[in-house]
Amino acid sequence: MIVKNLATRIFKPIIPEAEGRNMVIAGLAIVSIILFMAIFADIIAPYNPTKFSGKPLSPPSPSNLMGTDNLGRDVFSRVIHGSRVVLMVVFSASAVSMAIGVPIGLISGYFGGKLDRAISMIMDSMYAFPSLILAIAIAAVLGPSVFNAVIAISVVYVPTYFRMTRGQTLSLKSRLFVEAARASGAGNLRIMRKYIFPNLVTTVIVVFSLSIADAILTEAGLSFLGFIVSAPTPDWGFDLSSGRPYLPSGYWWMITFPGAMVMILALGFALIGEGLSELYAPGRER
Amino acid sequence: MEILRVENLKKYFPVQKSFIEVLLSKELKFIKAVDGVSFGVKKGEILSLVGESGCGKTTVGRLITGLEEPTDGKIYFKGEDVSKLPKDRRKEIYRSIQIIFQDPYASLNPRMKIGEHITDPLLIHDIADNDTARKMAIEMLERVGLVPGEQFFNRLPYQLSGGQRQRVAIARAMVLNPEFIVADEAVSMIDVSLRAAILNLLLSFKEEYNLSMLFITHDLSVAKLVGERIAVMYLGRIVEIGDVDDVIHHPKHPYTAALLSAVPSFDKRDLKVDIRGDVSNPIDLPSGCRYNPRCPFADDKCKESEPELEGDDFHSFACWHPLDIEVE
Amino acid sequence: MMVLDIKNLSTHYHSRRGTIKAVDRVSLKIEEKEFVGIVGESGCGKSTLAFSIMRLISPPGEIVEGEILFRGRDLLKLSEEEMRRVRGKEIGMVFQDPMTSLDPLEKIGDQIIETIQMHEEVDKRSALEKAEELLESVGLPRNRVNYYPHQLSGGQRQRVMIALAIALNPTLLIADEPTTALDVIVQEKIMNILKGMTSEGRSIILITHDFSLASEKSDRIVIMYAGWIVEMGESSKLVNEPLHPYTKGLLDSVPDLWLDRKIKTMPGLPPDLVNPPRGCKFHPRCPKAMDVCKEREPTDATVNGRFVKCWLYEV
Repeated sequence: MIVKNLATRIFKPIIPEAEGRNMVIAGLAIVSIILFMAIFADIIAPYNPTKFSGKPLSPPSPSNLMGTDNLGRDVFSRVIHGSRVVLMVVFSASAVSMAIGVPIGLISGYFGGKLDRAISMIMDSMYAFPSLILAIAIAAVLGPSVFNAVIAISVVYVPTYFRMTRGQTLSLKSRLFVEAARASGAGNLRIMRKYIFPNLVTTVIVVFSLSIADAILTEAGLSFLGFIVSAPTPDWGFDLSSGRPYLPSGYWWMITFPGAMVMILALGFALIGEGLSELYAPGRER
Repeated sequence: MEILRVENLKKYFPVQKSFIEVLLSKELKFIKAVDGVSFGVKKGEILSLVGESGCGKTTVGRLITGLEEPTDGKIYFKGEDVSKLPKDRRKEIYRSIQIIFQDPYASLNPRMKIGEHITDPLLIHDIADNDTARKMAIEMLERVGLVPGEQFFNRLPYQLSGGQRQRVAIARAMVLNPEFIVADEAVSMIDVSLRAAILNLLLSFKEEYNLSMLFITHDLSVAKLVGERIAVMYLGRIVEIGDVDDVIHHPKHPYTAALLSAVPSFDKRDLKVDIRGDVSNPIDLPSGCRYNPRCPFADDKCKESEPELEGDDFHSFACWHPLDIEVE
Repeated sequence: MMVLDIKNLSTHYHSRRGTIKAVDRVSLKIEEKEFVGIVGESGCGKSTLAFSIMRLISPPGEIVEGEILFRGRDLLKLSEEEMRRVRGKEIGMVFQDPMTSLDPLEKIGDQIIETIQMHEEVDKRSALEKAEELLESVGLPRNRVNYYPHQLSGGQRQRVMIALAIALNPTLLIADEPTTALDVIVQEKIMNILKGMTSEGRSIILITHDFSLASEKSDRIVIMYAGWIVEMGESSKLVNEPLHPYTKGLLDSVPDLWLDRKIKTMPGLPPDLVNPPRGCKFHPRCPKAMDVCKEREPTDATVNGRFVKCWLYEV
């Protein structure tokens, strides 16, 4: 994943001795600030994000911290309110992908055989598509709406969870403690539930944060293309596209701030994921 | 009374073919891990199964516990042919046959409490409800020397030493009240000064419950200490089996003698039996006696036909030219 | 003549929980042609001692004090460059797992030749000749120079390791659990090869957890416990009449093929090395512990020419 590398590339030079713990703390700080923003948007935002609140296209100033857009709406207020859609979409989409990908991966990896080969083939062919292209294709078929965007994005990330879970299950099922459980009479369901799944949890959490980081970019892409919200709802990706025509004329603030927010949020999740994987890397397991 | 009997047990593992072999459609080859093993274990008896790494002793243990399906041959438990039984009856039998593995670090689930390792078998077999299982587990933990049991119940495996983990593995096996235990190198990964404690623990269970045991080990000293009878395996076959003292003091098979002469001891005996080269390839076994390429006494007969185990319960061996020696 | 004289050597590891005194003020002498077995359980410091002699301790480990006199020279005072020349050429080492030290992509012969040419100015042909002779001396056919490591069995690989270790004719060979991963028959053969090397003028240090193996092969035995040498002396005497309660306990707890006896359980657990017991580190497991053992570290005593670190032998 691109964001994953980005997180370490950006973070490591700033704090060279960056350990997993620090990365997780930094990531959690970023994410919780944005989460706070989303929850209390109505209180924090100085203006109504959809209402005229200043001279159109005025640059950042004390009254409009991030300037105003072409319709005179406050960019700062739109950035704050814009965090809502993106967070909702990526969280629910990732939760859905996880809820589908993990059990399928577990079953596929555990039982193996023909079923496993068939599922793996489908998942691999999905995985081969660039995530944004696949999401666009699905969203285009379903039509623009927040709900459809959640479906599109969750489909895209199912293979990520599937592959990770399947791989881990394959190695776990040949471990001696699983064999020992079988020797004491445990059935397949019990082995999966009590002996394999608990050993997957840390990896699932790592993949969850990393795939959210990636999903944020996909969401922004979809929103940019108008597949998620329509005017006047604020959303970072959508605002990027409405600000784009004004960039050549020097009105940089319309796209810079939403764009930066997309990167910062993605970075936050990537840091959590990277940090956790450093803390609980399989090699470091006791 | 014999509690366990295996007849002509075989387990062949297919060898992964290389890409070129697949293209040339060469026939599938097999590693003959276990190649015609027969023996019995009496009620309340410990049979030590010894041999070098790769001789198939571990596979024998896995076949008996049902972790592996035999390629051929029969396993009788209390006179019943295990493979012919209906599924639920088989589950019952495998409850009476428990295994203790070599590696105490890998045999416990790192994310599960110590206590749950012991309650889980009870719950699986509907022997107890949650509360009773917990009580039984704590009792069992204390029985294997993990005192106070309450405290050990809630710990995670990484908080225990290797010796303590092996005690947990023993508790897990014993809580089902088995009649037969397969101990697969149960002490070889334990620190020297703690080994005796684990061995004595196993022996105390044997005394208390009149347990029968297949004690698999590469260490002849341990085999002699715990076993009443001993079986020596070489390349998938038993070459000599019998009363432990008789086998050790009157070895008949040249391989047994070679093993005995190599075991380190504080009181080493003057026993020089030559053994040549390395173990043969278990995929392409030598013709005749499978020990003949390494045997100093091998002649034409040994290269042509394979000797079968002959003798009685007290001592039998598979060799055309048995030794006639006495080691004091 | 004395080959190695270790004086008051301490090697510590620094961990998050605290300092581990893996080797704690150890003194040990090795004579020419002597076969010395260092016996102890995992964590007793026997391997750390070996790695300290080779100066192969890397952080978080550190040699904190002492002298290691090798033929009169203190190895701890040598520069890294000088030490590199000592390793292999004057002190050879054989490790437990031969696969980690052999290059899987290079033929056995080439690896030996490379080692020889790194230290000696010889042409390829005579180096090859030497490599074949070395393999022969460890009981391998000469043509094994053309084999890759994976074509050999575990025992054969360990023989190659020994051949590599003696390629430069070192006077001292340290074997760290060389046969732990191997079967008894192979072990016996490899031990006999090592034993034979003492008659060529080499001194051998065998590090092992197998007390009976050490007693069988060594002239002298060193028993280590929690970083200390607790007893040291001639093999047969030490085995027949152990002085230190730990030695006695170890002897009684090891199953033996030819001795008809029950084994006795040694109580307790090996010590926590970060917080070892006060006084004598063995006292919580010792059946003969006295009050003084809980308070003060035993002094080093010599009883009938044997070293023992125990209050029982205090005069």
